[in-house]
Amino acid sequence: MQQQFDVIIIGGGVVGSAVAREMTRYKLRIGVLEKNLDVCNETSGRNSGVIHGGFAYDVNSMKAKLCVEGNREFDQVAKELDVPFQRTGKVLVGNTEEDLKNLQNIIQQGEQNGVQGLTLIDQERLHELVPAVLGKFALLSPNSGIVDPFRYTIALAENAVQNGASYYFDHEVTSIRKNPDQTYTVTTAKEDFRTRWVINCAGLGCGKISDMLGITGYKIIGSKGDYIILDKKTGPLLPMPVYPVPSNTYMGVHVTPTTDGNVIVGPNAENVTNFTYYGVPQKSIDYLAENASSLWPCIRKSDYIRNYSGILPKWVDENGVIQDFKIEVKDDIAPHAVNLIGIESPGLTAALPIARQVVSLMAQRTALEPNPEFEPRRRGMERFALQSEEEKQALIKRNPNYGDIICRCEEVTKADILQAIHNPLGVCTLTGIKYRTRSMMGRCQGGYCQMRIAELIEQELGILPEDLRYERQNSYLFTGRVRKD
Amino acid sequence: MSGRIHTFSQAEYEKTNHKTSKAVNQQTIGEEGVILEKKDVVIIGGGPAGLAAAVELYRKGIKDILVVEREEIPGGILKQCIHDGFGLTRFKTTLSGPEYAQKFLDEAEKENIRILTGASVVSVSHDRVVTTVGRDGLKHYEAKAVVLAMGCRERTRGALGIPGERPAGVFTAGVAQSYINLHNTMIGKKAVILGSGDIGMIMARRLTLEGVEVAAVFEIQPYPSGLPRNIRQCLDDYGIPLYLSRTVTKIHGKSRLTGVTVAQVDKQMKIIPGTEQDFVCDTLILSVGLIPENELSLQAGVELDNRTKGAVVDEFCQTSAEGIFAAGNVLHVHDLVDFVSLEAEHLADSVAEYIQHGGLPESGLKILTDTNINHTVPQKISGKNDFTLSLRVNRPLTNCEIQILQDGRLLQSRKMKKAIPAEMIQIPVKRENLSDTGNLEVRAIC
Repeated sequence: MQQQFDVIIIGGGVVGSAVAREMTRYKLRIGVLEKNLDVCNETSGRNSGVIHGGFAYDVNSMKAKLCVEGNREFDQVAKELDVPFQRTGKVLVGNTEEDLKNLQNIIQQGEQNGVQGLTLIDQERLHELVPAVLGKFALLSPNSGIVDPFRYTIALAENAVQNGASYYFDHEVTSIRKNPDQTYTVTTAKEDFRTRWVINCAGLGCGKISDMLGITGYKIIGSKGDYIILDKKTGPLLPMPVYPVPSNTYMGVHVTPTTDGNVIVGPNAENVTNFTYYGVPQKSIDYLAENASSLWPCIRKSDYIRNYSGILPKWVDENGVIQDFKIEVKDDIAPHAVNLIGIESPGLTAALPIARQVVSLMAQRTALEPNPEFEPRRRGMERFALQSEEEKQALIKRNPNYGDIICRCEEVTKADILQAIHNPLGVCTLTGIKYRTRSMMGRCQGGYCQMRIAELIEQELGILPEDLRYERQNSYLFTGRVRKD
Repeated sequence: MSGRIHTFSQAEYEKTNHKTSKAVNQQTIGEEGVILEKKDVVIIGGGPAGLAAAVELYRKGIKDILVVEREEIPGGILKQCIHDGFGLTRFKTTLSGPEYAQKFLDEAEKENIRILTGASVVSVSHDRVVTTVGRDGLKHYEAKAVVLAMGCRERTRGALGIPGERPAGVFTAGVAQSYINLHNTMIGKKAVILGSGDIGMIMARRLTLEGVEVAAVFEIQPYPSGLPRNIRQCLDDYGIPLYLSRTVTKIHGKSRLTGVTVAQVDKQMKIIPGTEQDFVCDTLILSVGLIPENELSLQAGVELDNRTKGAVVDEFCQTSAEGIFAAGNVLHVHDLVDFVSLEAEHLADSVAEYIQHGGLPESGLKILTDTNINHTVPQKISGKNDFTLSLRVNRPLTNCEIQILQDGRLLQSRKMKKAIPAEMIQIPVKRENLSDTGNLEVRAIC
């Protein structure tokens, strides 16, 4: 028996989850199909975590419009969804006459895009803002900010689930069939779904899904960026993201603080055809450190705690020129299917405006009945580490598991871990706990806590060691027991 | 094991303490309802260093002490070290890790020393206020002396920056040891080990005994980084090859590890192109160094030595922050636990003197080193006491002489056929030979 849905969203990244959340404002049966075992395992979780101002995009582009809109509402969104967000501001640092001219052009473009507050600042003001930076002048974008991309995506997904949407992990779509009754049958390795609407939010897989819908011809390239993560002790040296003056197609290697106080260095940009290879080569690590040091000379090898990479799906024309976001319904070819193509940066900033665009395309074609029970607010976990001493005391009194610190580096307690294990999305991987609690993300990288966390997952969810997975399908951590208990 | 150990949860601790209270514990309740309790000594960490310090302090008459241990069972890393070879120096017999820890726990029990288990120290201030978090709440302790005994952590893949993918199946040696010995969980079927640290070699043997195929151990240095006895007993005896001047240059596998690429390195430890070789394995064990855990020390404003990554101390084990002392692997990484205990016992003597006399002599004499010496502990002395100098050489040396000089005058020397970085060298220096002015110099002459 096929499951029946009004809407099937393909892809549980930040855009798919934002679409799911926005659609739960209406009386719809919504399913989200995600090929991985958690949300934001791909592009949504593998980026700089910057909420962009919107000055870097062509005037009148969809990217500019949706980014500015997303930036403007982000305080409200972060509050509603209980997500770590800081409107830190950001600087683009320059040294030469040419840099100055470029920055002036960026200001002009930004202003036309509706970005507010862009100003050129001199060296003195720059050093007041970011004392450790090297540079003669800068463009200050006061409305840029930083967000935790994991928690933001998780929050959108959890809010969607709280309002009635269903997530299906480990469900990679293999084909889409149009039925005579105007519905679609979406086939996955696990089961089939029958749905009135299909939304393609597949990110790196957008071209493949588009082809399955019969909308062919989109050329998608991957732009891979590598990053280094630095120890939290570097955080105080970087109060806001510091970028070089960008070229036309690439923002340049920058340094960005995270909402948790680390610093990330990157990315480079390399065109790739393999959309599943996230390895970071040595030459990238060296290149990033060297390149970013000319901007912010505080990068020391002893502060490296991890590296990672992400791939942006870019839609290019036949000449290889990067195109705008495409959000379309091809009524003739695939009616009742919203096709999203080339949703790359600033997709994180623009996720909710993109989602509203999707809903509006749908509303033009079908009557949507508001869901009176929609609750836009979602409460995240009460994280012990972020509380004051009094609050910590009160938390432990209420629940002694808050007094049991499991991850020392990030001060994550058993209570935090248990909440994460019983997360509303039903994610049960080790990295699922990591992204939700920050355990295993500190300088010891789980050296002290991962054994207890693995054991807690096994106990709480009744899984055997040999079935516990690290992050992806088949990423089994263990082969079983050493000896009979 | 837990039944025999004298441990208290925070609640039990308070109960017992009230019953036996000799009015030594002044408790005040702060504004936020957080209790502040005064103590002579708070020891952070109930591993080998913390336990040895506690027992020795008790014997020296300092009884108002508290050991804070984050785990439910004290003993620290010794709990997972089920192999033997511990205690040869300290107890003249060979013990397993848990047995070695039990020796100190028995002593602690005999003396009725309270070990607060399941409580983590979340901060230490420069003026020695220690904040703990346990299931019974958050507490402050104001101590006359604080002993840092937090031990060390392992260097990780991220810290090394090994390129490649990020599959499951990459474990540090200590994590692998914990999974197998404490959590009854097997981590793989075919392993490669990077780094010839002692834990890595011990894990090579342990994995082999549990039926895992250990293909090889690779070491980036041109010499092994662990002890010779472990090379014999853990690798040679099991036919596990050790390859020097080689490192893992790439990790393969999208979900679970499928293999690693290994390459030779030159003297500058740069990869020699064309020497890459792929090894099929589902498990990579990293034994690539230990880092003293000094996050709390830094909070307390303790100055660290860039070479040891531990505190700069004098011969009393006192750090740059008055009344804050350090011993064991938090101070510098030791190769044998026996030396950890001995160092902590020596620390206890100094702490007792500090408390009984309200202070210790100034330590104004620096200990300088030449390029053959990696580091020394202590890094400074008063010049008024006997002391033992711990040091490591920077590279393997043969037929050398380690010399300790003051103002060009030879105080002490030791001829060594072979000095290797893996082995800590200890040289006692007598007070009679010392002057209380003039820096010391340590050098190795070959």
